[in-house]
Amino acid sequence: MKDYFSPQSPHPHLNPLPEGEETVFPSPSRGGLGWGWGGKAQSILLLHIFLVLFVLTTISHALSPDEVMKNSQAAFLYPGKDYKARVVMKLISREGKERIREMTMLRKNYGELGGDQKYFIYFYQPSDVREMTFMVWKYPGKDDDRWLFIPALNMVRRIAASDRRSSFVGSDFTYEDISGRDIEDDNHSIIKEEKVGNRDCYVIKSVPKDEKGTDYAYKLSWIDKERSLPLKEEYQSKKGELQKVFTADEVKEVSGFWTITKRTMKNMENGHRTEVTLIKAEYNLKMEDDLFTERFLKKAPKKWIE
Amino acid sequence: MIKIYKPQRHGDAEQDDYFRKILTICFILCASLPLWLVSEVSAIEIHGFLQGNYSARVTDDGPPQKDGSDYLLSEERFQLKLSETSKDGSASFFLRTDFFHDGVDDESDMEVREGFIDYTKGNLDMRLGRQIVTWGTGDLLFINDVFPKDYEAFYSGRPLEYLKAPVDGLKVGLSSAISAEVVAIPTFEPNRLPGSDRFYLFDPFPSSVERVTEKPGKRLNDTELAVRLYRYIGSYDVSLYAYKGFSRMPGMRPDQAVTTVTTFYPELAVYGASVTGNVIGGIGNLEAGYYDSREDRDGTDPTVENSKWKFMAGYRKEAGTDLTVGVQYYMEVMDDYSDYKSSLPAGFPKDDKVRDYVTLRLTQMLLYQTLRLSFFGMYSPSDEDYLLNPEGVYKLTDELSLTAGVNVFGGKENHTQLGQLDRNDNIYANLRYEF
Repeated sequence: MKDYFSPQSPHPHLNPLPEGEETVFPSPSRGGLGWGWGGKAQSILLLHIFLVLFVLTTISHALSPDEVMKNSQAAFLYPGKDYKARVVMKLISREGKERIREMTMLRKNYGELGGDQKYFIYFYQPSDVREMTFMVWKYPGKDDDRWLFIPALNMVRRIAASDRRSSFVGSDFTYEDISGRDIEDDNHSIIKEEKVGNRDCYVIKSVPKDEKGTDYAYKLSWIDKERSLPLKEEYQSKKGELQKVFTADEVKEVSGFWTITKRTMKNMENGHRTEVTLIKAEYNLKMEDDLFTERFLKKAPKKWIE
Repeated sequence: MIKIYKPQRHGDAEQDDYFRKILTICFILCASLPLWLVSEVSAIEIHGFLQGNYSARVTDDGPPQKDGSDYLLSEERFQLKLSETSKDGSASFFLRTDFFHDGVDDESDMEVREGFIDYTKGNLDMRLGRQIVTWGTGDLLFINDVFPKDYEAFYSGRPLEYLKAPVDGLKVGLSSAISAEVVAIPTFEPNRLPGSDRFYLFDPFPSSVERVTEKPGKRLNDTELAVRLYRYIGSYDVSLYAYKGFSRMPGMRPDQAVTTVTTFYPELAVYGASVTGNVIGGIGNLEAGYYDSREDRDGTDPTVENSKWKFMAGYRKEAGTDLTVGVQYYMEVMDDYSDYKSSLPAGFPKDDKVRDYVTLRLTQMLLYQTLRLSFFGMYSPSDEDYLLNPEGVYKLTDELSLTAGVNVFGGKENHTQLGQLDRNDNIYANLRYEF
């Protein structure tokens, strides 16, 4: 409450920090700073040495493409210990016909960044899937466990998860687009650096190691250098044509995490596109583990889905 | 064991019955009042659908009754779903009522599909009232799902949700390291089976005999009890089940002179287990159960099914993008087979000791999942009978969907479960507006 009345920062979240200050230093280095040193002068000296070293290492050891992709997954799919969002998906045909999917999505991370995750999705719209819930236990490098609850039959069903190219709720996003592709499944290379809007980006080319596992030949990703979020992705078909394009249409800072609040996936072959808008997003809500179990799949707790 | 579909129609629209149903709804609505008093309630949510559902026999056999119809279904249905939840989410109320006009019998009626109150406290969940309970791992095959089914709905092309019939009772859920669900059902609800007024069915008795139905009693110890214990072992869902109650498939007992045949529901207990989870790139499930025929433990009463072991194994996987393939094998083995054989009266069709089924399901989603094409096939190597059910569902909009499908039945013998339905092949269509 105090923050809201403080004259220095009336609306802390409406004033994004100036660029540069958002860079997060690797925490072990920061933790070591000033440790065991008494005087202020030494601290400043150490800071200078550290900064020089940091710049030097950055120059000599520029991020590898795999590291860029790893950071990108961390920023895009793993921010916060847990996450809750009210999501509206618009499925729009070439003719402009719209279908709406509205849902609340919960996510909790387990272990280290890039580790296991649990997802819970509660559907509000359309009417025929209203109150359906969907739960995923996601493991990197291994098939997900997925459950679907069908309220009309009061039935929990396991869902087969082997084909990650299957469409997520009939949208242009595949399951893989939603929950991420294992970094080890592709060979990544930085092919250039380019701006998207006013943001500096690495352009990464990702070529699947197993070409049978995807329906595209390769993917280009424009990764924000500073925030690590993907701002654009182009999927190139095996025939050499542009197949699908992902764009981050709006990026906002939510509870200290840069979050893509509007995104679009467009199918270039048939003109169909899906727009995803986060109506509300929250991080670090202290979700309990038992939220991601059959009990709540059958009866979603009001507190968590609203 | 004699396996017959008895002539039985549910939903006779007598005045009393109608009055009783309206009273039921009033009662359920009144029962939700405490919710309003105890805590603030969010606004009542109203949903439901309007639906036309039609199904016609296409075997050119004519109706089984003289003044009957080729239509197995010709109905318009309006479903209203009302729900409210207390502000803190601990209590909620749900009522799902169907109002329908049945064009075949030219009558209008209503049915409370579900009407219950939920209450949650700590790790305890309670649901009191009319509700649908689904257990087990099979796809249209049931071992430990001991709750009532509506096979007439299924065979005549109603949407799948109508395969499950509700029970009136109390369900208590407890979640802990090992979670539990306990269901108590004071009044017995049998399976709903196709009736001889609309279906051609096998009947070993002449049509002239009088039929009487004897439902289980309403004493306290006639209350059906079902328990399920479950937990995750790794990411496998493992469940244990136990049930004490009555068989929902009737037995038939003629009197000495065979002028009256009594349909009854013998005492039954079921013990079982199931496991399901990821197996080699798909989902595997295993389920087993022992059906303890408590009224005929020695297997010498031909009117009561003998005790049986039942097993089932299934596997399904995504064979391609938006294409799912599922296969299942189901087997039941009769206890005391020689006693069954020696006690079966002459002239009655004899079951094999082992009865089994294989099933295949293919589901392909197309056009951004607005078109779903599916096929379900079921074949019994022991009974040599089958069911084939191709179906297409097209979503014209998010609200409006059109379903069309075919049910084809057949078999070598006219008395087996699917074989007796041979002359009831039907096409069905369903147009639904959901809100």
